[in-house]
Amino acid sequence: MTLDDTDRAILNRMQDDLPLTAHPYAAIAQEIGIAESDLLARLTRMKDERVITRFGPFFDAAAMGGAFCLCAMAVPSQDFENVLTKVNAHPEVAHNYERTHRLNMWFVLATETPEGIAATAEAIERETGIAVLQFPKLQEFFIGFRVAA
Amino acid sequence: MIDEKDREIIEALQGGLPLVPAPFAQVADGLGLDEKTLMSRLADMKSRGVIRRIAAAPNHYKLGMTSNGMTVWDVEDGRVAELGSQIGALPFVTHCYERPRALPDWPYNLFAMVHGADRDEVEEKRAEIAAILGDACRAKDILYSTRILKKTGLRLKKKG
Repeated sequence: MTLDDTDRAILNRMQDDLPLTAHPYAAIAQEIGIAESDLLARLTRMKDERVITRFGPFFDAAAMGGAFCLCAMAVPSQDFENVLTKVNAHPEVAHNYERTHRLNMWFVLATETPEGIAATAEAIERETGIAVLQFPKLQEFFIGFRVAA
Repeated sequence: MIDEKDREIIEALQGGLPLVPAPFAQVADGLGLDEKTLMSRLADMKSRGVIRRIAAAPNHYKLGMTSNGMTVWDVEDGRVAELGSQIGALPFVTHCYERPRALPDWPYNLFAMVHGADRDEVEEKRAEIAAILGDACRAKDILYSTRILKKTGLRLKKKG
């Protein structure tokens, strides 16, 4: 789909926090200078067209008492789809990307308890026979993902 | 930490917030709560950091940012905090973390995600990072993503 300037303004604004008010979209529509119904229609269209993959709260598993961990595996190419099916079957796998490296599968585990990371990584190792390297964050230098539309 | 009510709210919202004029009223209705209670619970979860923000996750591929490079660096431990802060502040770096090395396979301890319209643009940005790190960087690499294999975000498992 093609995005016009209004769509881009919406996309940039909606990457920042939505106000916690009864009619939050009306407040943002007013900021941008369009009608609430127009904002909702454009957001719905961008979500349907997958320009927006998700709209809603971003949860922090660690603040809930759980944990996040980036993990990587070196998956032989002939086994890739088979291993992928096994890895993605775990609901703890929140994101998964194929990357250009010997370590070619990179995924994030999000679990409700700190112990859940090791337990899930071990389960994946058992199911696939491939080592799961764990890269938990030690320090975060920037919070907030922004893409200029 | 979260209690059972928070958990129900998270389960109701993990798929997203409805795009309707009164989204909190609609979600509250589905949970048998009133809108004010839901909103005060959400405000509380935000103050505790359980909710970072309520926002859109853009699909950078659909926005023409088709090259996505995870740049990785082996930086002296004593300088990683100072240099990581400088790298994280760059406008084109969307995530920046210090992570443990996994020797001997993986010597890198600083990760910075860079997006661009093509790989040339990502390489230009990567060179800017390299210039900042200078002699403190002993080894480097870049891993481009070639396929999104899953992108659902956090999902709580059903209890019981």
